[in-house]
Formats: sequence, structure tokens, C-alpha cells
Amino acid sequence: MNPGERAKRAAQTEAAAGGKPDYQVVIGLEVHCQLATRTKMFTACGYAIGAEPNTQIDAYTLGLPGTLPVPNREAIEFALRLALAVHCEIQPISRWARKHYFYPDLPKGYQITQADQPYARGGYIEISGKRIPLQRIHIEEDAGKNVHLADGDVSLIDYNRAGAPLVEIVSLPELRSAAEAADYMRELRTIVRYLGVSEANMEEGTLRCDANVSLRRPGVAELGTRCEIKNLNSFKFLEAAINAEIRRQADLLDRGEPVVQSTLSYDTVRDRTKIMRTKEAAADYRYFPEPDLPPLAIDEAMIAEARARLPELPWDRRRRLVELGLSAYDAGVLTAERELSDYFDATLALRSASEAKPICNWITGELLRLLNASNVSIAECPVSPAALAELLELLDSGAISGRAAKEVLDKAFTERLSPAAIVERDGYRQVSDHGAIATLIREVVARNPKQLEQLLAGKDKVRGFFVGQVMRESKGQANPQIVNEVLEQIVAELRGGE
Amino acid sequence: MSTRDAILQLSARSLAAAVHDGSISAVDATQAYLDRLSATEPILHAYRCTIPERALAEAEAIDAARRAGEPLGPLAGVPIALKDIFVTEGVATTCGSRILDGWTPPYQGTHARRGAEAGAVLLGKLAMDEFGMGSSNENTPFDPVPNPWALDHVPGGSSGGSAAAVAARSCAIGLGSDTGGSIRQPASLCNLVGLKPSYGRVSRHGMIAFASSLDQAGPLAREVGDAALALQVLAGHDPHDATSLDEPVPDYLAAVDRGAGEGLGGLKVGVDRRVLALEGLDADVRERFEAALAVLVGAGATLCEVSLPHFDHAVATYYVLCTAEASSNLARYDGIRYGLRRARPSLRESYEATRHDGFGSEVKRRILLGTFVLRAESYADYYGRAMKVRTLIARDYAAAFTRCDVIASPTSPVPGWRLGEKLDDPLAMYLSDVFTIGANLAGLPAISIPAGFSPATELRPALPIGLQLIGPRLGEPVLLRVAAAHEAATDWHLRAPLVGGAG
Repeated sequence: MNPGERAKRAAQTEAAAGGKPDYQVVIGLEVHCQLATRTKMFTACGYAIGAEPNTQIDAYTLGLPGTLPVPNREAIEFALRLALAVHCEIQPISRWARKHYFYPDLPKGYQITQADQPYARGGYIEISGKRIPLQRIHIEEDAGKNVHLADGDVSLIDYNRAGAPLVEIVSLPELRSAAEAADYMRELRTIVRYLGVSEANMEEGTLRCDANVSLRRPGVAELGTRCEIKNLNSFKFLEAAINAEIRRQADLLDRGEPVVQSTLSYDTVRDRTKIMRTKEAAADYRYFPEPDLPPLAIDEAMIAEARARLPELPWDRRRRLVELGLSAYDAGVLTAERELSDYFDATLALRSASEAKPICNWITGELLRLLNASNVSIAECPVSPAALAELLELLDSGAISGRAAKEVLDKAFTERLSPAAIVERDGYRQVSDHGAIATLIREVVARNPKQLEQLLAGKDKVRGFFVGQVMRESKGQANPQIVNEVLEQIVAELRGGE
Repeated sequence: MSTRDAILQLSARSLAAAVHDGSISAVDATQAYLDRLSATEPILHAYRCTIPERALAEAEAIDAARRAGEPLGPLAGVPIALKDIFVTEGVATTCGSRILDGWTPPYQGTHARRGAEAGAVLLGKLAMDEFGMGSSNENTPFDPVPNPWALDHVPGGSSGGSAAAVAARSCAIGLGSDTGGSIRQPASLCNLVGLKPSYGRVSRHGMIAFASSLDQAGPLAREVGDAALALQVLAGHDPHDATSLDEPVPDYLAAVDRGAGEGLGGLKVGVDRRVLALEGLDADVRERFEAALAVLVGAGATLCEVSLPHFDHAVATYYVLCTAEASSNLARYDGIRYGLRRARPSLRESYEATRHDGFGSEVKRRILLGTFVLRAESYADYYGRAMKVRTLIARDYAAAFTRCDVIASPTSPVPGWRLGEKLDDPLAMYLSDVFTIGANLAGLPAISIPAGFSPATELRPALPIGLQLIGPRLGEPVLLRVAAAHEAATDWHLRAPLVGGAG
């Protein structure tokens, strides 16, 4: 986002806060991200998102007596990659803990998590040049899902998700607006997708967010009382919920009433936050070290291995694209999704670095339009980078016109044919042969003596008439630039002949 | 003597050898034990369930394998039984509790699997204190198990069913679990060998958790060699248990043979004389302990004084930690997925009714204690402090083992007590663990071996008394060597109780 947009968003946030810019907004996010490992966090049980209920389960998942957790190495590798990417300090020894509460979707009556000794501390995520510091990241297992049927007093439980690996990324309270919080979430999503460690899809619940919000007067050092909004499951609601909570707290403070520390949910219909429980009713989770698991030891070799597997990260890629001459905005659009910028890089590799800008324009313009219109992701794009490069070559060599190129891309996209094949089949190749074009022009000139007279008399606007006639005669295939050149020559000849 | 009686007289080691060489068939061995348990069970109710058809089918398969010339496992044809804390696929597993009513495990625990792979024939599941919580086998909603040596006395606990069954010869080897002495104490009270391995030596996968950082599985057997044979089969890394040790498994039978053959020359047996001043230490137990030390010296060992300065805090430390872990481990029994379910209009009421009806009073007491201990306000004072003392206790042992090879003590301060005698006095019951819990807190291997009997008096019948030996981490071989030397010099292990006819 450019600075102008940021300012606009900040103003919107103030407006959302009831037009009262006399509070500073303080937001910290707790983001849960499900790791895209083959098996669950502590058991060799696979899990496919969207599978039939209770088909992705085993004895451990159900908390059957006698089962024990065994850590998933791949999950730890993924978590390590994330922590390295966001500049955390990796802890050589971290510990697992049990967090207790009774709920039917929690099969063991406790969740295995990391409490006072997480595997990663510190680090930051940068958004538009501002570093948002992280407190910690820890690894834990997910719970199942209760499904409350609308038409009765029966609840069903789906344990497919139970035991899936999660990382929880906890930011420090350094976000200053709902828009900034949403930007942070978007950047975090981009990072984990680049790393290939998570689908990070808010709608599917593989990326989830709780927001801690408080207000304070500018210049006041200590934080105001914070409230936590739970289960924000889209970027839109994340922003709306935080703004609603800012309004609620600002109204309370305006009236001189205290903000009570509480946990809230967001009512999407009424656009209001609603208190679920206050701190007095907060649960005691009875944390204690997980006796079934030895401490998690992460040595230098594991760190080096994870570091070696880090891909080029979005900010590095953005810098590289700007160095190629793209605007910061274009670089941001291209790198928002790793697949999109991979596509750009693949196309660029087949052309030349000097073509970065036109390639970017074709991708972010025509190609994204086609993808969006047909709801296809870039990963499944029917036009390969090689096909796009071929199209650009046809355009660059003058074989086809710019207008024709758009039509060819369209057809290549829908018919899954190569651009060259479409150009040949549908006759898009431009006529650039001077002799052929001269013949056409002489025919047109001979048929229209009156207009020729005007042209020779210096009435330049009839030139367009002749070009148009020639283009029509050539069924649009004549290269207009060459038509102009040859017409000029013929006019000069005729004048000289007088 | 009938063939049946001859089979029952054999040690598990000898029986396996006879099945290997074909002199006794697995089916005959299994039938002998099935006949035996039908005579003893009406008196002992040591079994929670028996699976005779399945056992005979397994035995037939072993005999068929032998006839086909296929290799047989080290426990081929040996009839065994598992404490009902061990998960057995397809066989009801209750852990001595109503809360698991109706649950049949859909997976096989490591112990049952390794036993079967070694050729052992599973006869059934053995009675226990509910979730392993108890020292008398009376904390159970089912029939209490009497001591085969004195039917009005307790067999010890929590592996009381295992001890009673092995003592009465209704199985050749019983598998038990030991969180604070639950293998060694009943072994002591029933004149058996009971071995608790080092923490992590035997997998816990498929052993229903009571206190995860303390629980270990191990055998109860009539002889040291049988315990070693069982350990040989059970020990070793298990990918299903992250706390199981990935260390080579030594030859335990060689250690037994060495002790029996060579004696104990050069070995030092440590004793902390201070612990013998314990209030409540029975005079007969003290006398048998001194006699056992004399046997060890006679076999070539030397005695040395060691000091375990934090011994007095072990019981308190243990009951803080084991209740904390139990309150957590037992949280899963909520009536939602398996076992007892008392459906009520609300979720909370369903939880309350299920857990109220499903758990016995000792289990509830420990869940309450453990829940209290883990509260945010009390954690540092209880759990945190107990963990520190646990470390000090482990250091005491480590220091002692720089001076000696094994540490000897009585297994139980008393030789046993009458059924019902301590039921209303949980503290007295807890104190009976005083000698055994140190090994659990420090994760060390320990064994109880027969050391004689208290003399019969007007007040009580003759009751077995055990000697406990604790070894350094992974010191099972030295424990087995010392135990075998003691066994070679005594004949206590040859005595069998007269229950259900001659056994």
C-alpha cells in the first residue's frame, strides 16, 4: 500500500472510531495457522480438509486410553521455517505443556501446546516499511469441531481437525488501526504461503485470528484495558470487528465508564462486538509440563537445514522487481501470491529483463482479468509462461498487432492452444510487406480520385480515410504503421509527378 | 504328579524351553493353566476376564508353527495374563473402573503385541486398583482379590490381581504396572519377583496412564529368570512412545545366569540405615531384611552405608506429582466418545453424572488433589516445589550409586494387612509406598524378590516379605544378577500357596 492509501485508511479508522481521534488504538493479534503437513501434530494420522466428518481420525485423535503423542518432524520443520522467515530467535530447548478445559471437541480434556517455553521468540513482520514486532510463536495441536444442529438440542462432533498441527503467532500490541491489523494478516498469509507451510485460508479456517484491542489517550505510556475478540474468520470481518470494538471502547471511555477486560465475539449482522465472558469468569487452564513428551531440542543442524529450504521471501522478491524497474505498487501486486510472481519470473526468464514492465502489464492486466472472470487460480492458468512469452515475441516482432494480441491471449486462454497456432489458424498475422501494401494503396487511390485530389491539396484529414480503406481491403491484417509509411511515399511520388 | 501339575510347577523359562523342544505342547500348557484358573478363580477373582477360546487358538497356532519348523518366540506357549491397565485389541479393557464400561479397544497396545509376537498365550486380564491407584487392590468397583497366602489379607496393589494370579499359578507370568510401587509391593506381599524397569525402558503405549512421568510396565513372576525373560521381550524402543529409550537392550538372562553361577564378588550393596529407623517398620520385615543382606554377603557382596537425605520427603512429593498428572490424564473420561455415559439435559450435567458414577472414591480424591495442585494459585507451592524435590531425590540416588552398585531396602514396611483394615485411612495406605516411590521419582529400575515369611502368630498368619533392590539408570542387569544370586542361595521362591487345591 502506498503512503497516500495508508493515510486514507487511517482516516477511515478514525471515522470508524466515531470521529474521535483523541484515542490511540492499540492492537495485538494472535494468529493461528494450520500447518499443511501430511499427518497430524502428534500422530501419523492423515487429514484432508473438507473430508467427510470423522474420517480423518485414529486412536490418538479420539483420545483413546493408552495412546501417546509422538511429535511430527515435518511440522517442526515447517514451524522452524516460519520462525526463521520472520526473524525469530529459535530456542534450542522448548517445552510442551498441557492446557486443560472440558469441551466435547477436545478429546483428551487438554490441548498439547507450548506455554512458558515456546520454540521461537521475538522477530517481526514488516508492513509498508513498519516493523510489527512479534512476542513469540509456538506449536500446538488443534481441537475438533462441534456442529450444533439448528433444529434440535443435538450437537454433533467432527474430530477430523482434532490434533492438526498449528502454529500460533503472537504479535506485540504495536498495530495502530484495523487496517494495519488487516495488512499484517495479509502479509503473514503471504509469508506462510511463500514458505509452503500452510494453505492459510481464512474461510477454511487454516488461518484464524483473535484480536486484542485497547485504547489510550495519546502520550499515555501504560496500556488501556484490553478486550479480546475471538474467531475472526475473514479479512473483512477482522477489520470490521476491530473498528466496532474501537467504537464500543471509545463510547465507554467518553462516558467515563471503565472498559472491563473481557472476551468478545463479533456479530456480523449488527456490526457490533458482544461480550462472551469477563476476566472474573476466565478459566484456569492448569498448565503443566507435558510428561508424555521430552523437551523439543532444535540444534544448529536443524536450523541450517530449515534455512536452506527457505524460498526467496516476498520482501526480497519485491526489492528485486523494483530493481527491474517495476513500481512498488506493481511489485506488491505481483508478489502478493507466490504463484503469481513465480509466473512472472518464468515469463521474464524466456524474454529479457528489459521487458519486465510490459510483462507485468500483461500479467496484472489481461491475464488477471481472464483468471478472475473464470475464477481460475494462477497455478491452474491455461496459458503457461512459455505461451505468454511466445505471444510477446509475436507482438514484438510485428507479426501481430497489439489489438490482435489481446484477442489471441483470450483464445489461448479459453481454447488452451498456443498463441502461434491461433495466429496462423485465425489469420492474425499482419501484412508488413511494402510491395503488397503499395499495391493495395494504388488500387484505393485509383478508385477515389476526388479524395486523392484533396490529399494532394494538403488536406491531411483525408489521410485517415485512405488508411481506413486500405485496412478494410486487407481485412485488418495490414500493419497500420507500414500503411502510413507507404502512403506517404506514394503521395510524395504523385506530387513529384505533377 | 499329573502332567498338569508338572506343567504348573515349571518356571516360564523352562516351560518355553519345553515348548521349543516339543516335550510339552502349547495347547497342553494353556489347558493346564485354564484348568488351574477355573479352580482358583472362584476364590481369588484375580481375573477381570478370561479368553479361553482365543488362548487355545493361539496355542494351537504355536504348535502348528513348531510342527512346520517355523521359528518360535522366546515366550512360545507360555500362558500369561495382563493387568487390565494394558490395552488389548478386541478384549474389554476396564483399568479397574466403571468409567470404561463397555469399551473394547480398537487397537493393540505395545505390551500385548510384543507378548503375542514372542509367542506368549494371553489367558485374560487381571484385576487391579482402579487406574492403578491403591496399595491393596480394594479400590475397585469389582470383587476385591484376596492374598492367596492368607485369604483374609490383601494381595497388595495396584497390580494385586497380577500378584495373586502368578502366586496361585493361574498364569505363568503376569504383567503389571508400577507408578509408586504397584509391581514391587504386591510381589512382596505374594512371595514373587516383581521388576519395575528404568523409566523409558519399556514402552507406555497401550498402558492406560495414571501418572505419565512415573508409570512403568514390568513383570511379576515366580523366579528371577522368568522376570528377565519377560523384560527381554518387553524392553526396547517403541516409536509410539516419545519417552521410550532408544538404547540397546542387554542380555538379561545372561545377567541372571551370572548371578546364579558366579555370585556377587566385587559388588557393593548400599544400605541407608536411617530409613530402617522408620516409624511403623514391622519387626519381622526388619528381621527378614537383615537376613537377606546376610545372604547377599554370603554370595560375595560387600555392604556399604549410603545416604538418601531427601527420603523423608518422597511420599509428599510423590502424592503431589502423581495426583497432578492423574487429574490431567483422567480428564478424557467424559462419556462423549467411549465408556460409561450418563446423558443429561446439559453438557455440564452429563459430565458430572458420568464422572460421578464412573469413578470410585480414591480416584475422585486424587483428581481433586491434583486439580488443586495445578491451579494457577497453588502451582508454584505444590507442583513446582515437588518437581524441585524430585530433582534432589534423583541426585541423592546418583550420589549413592557412585559408592555402590545396588541399594537394598525392604519393599514394604509391613508384610500385608487384612482386607478392609486401611480402607478408611488413605494416609496409612499412602505410607505403605514409602520404600518404593523413590525409584519411580528418580526413574530407576527396582526389583522386589522373595525374602521369607513372617512367623505365624495368634495375631496374623505367616505372610511373605520382600527385599527391594534399586539399581542405577538402565542397571537392570546388575539388579537381576544380585536377585539371581539371592534366589540361588534361598528357596523362598519355591514355596507356593495352598489355594484351590495344590498348585
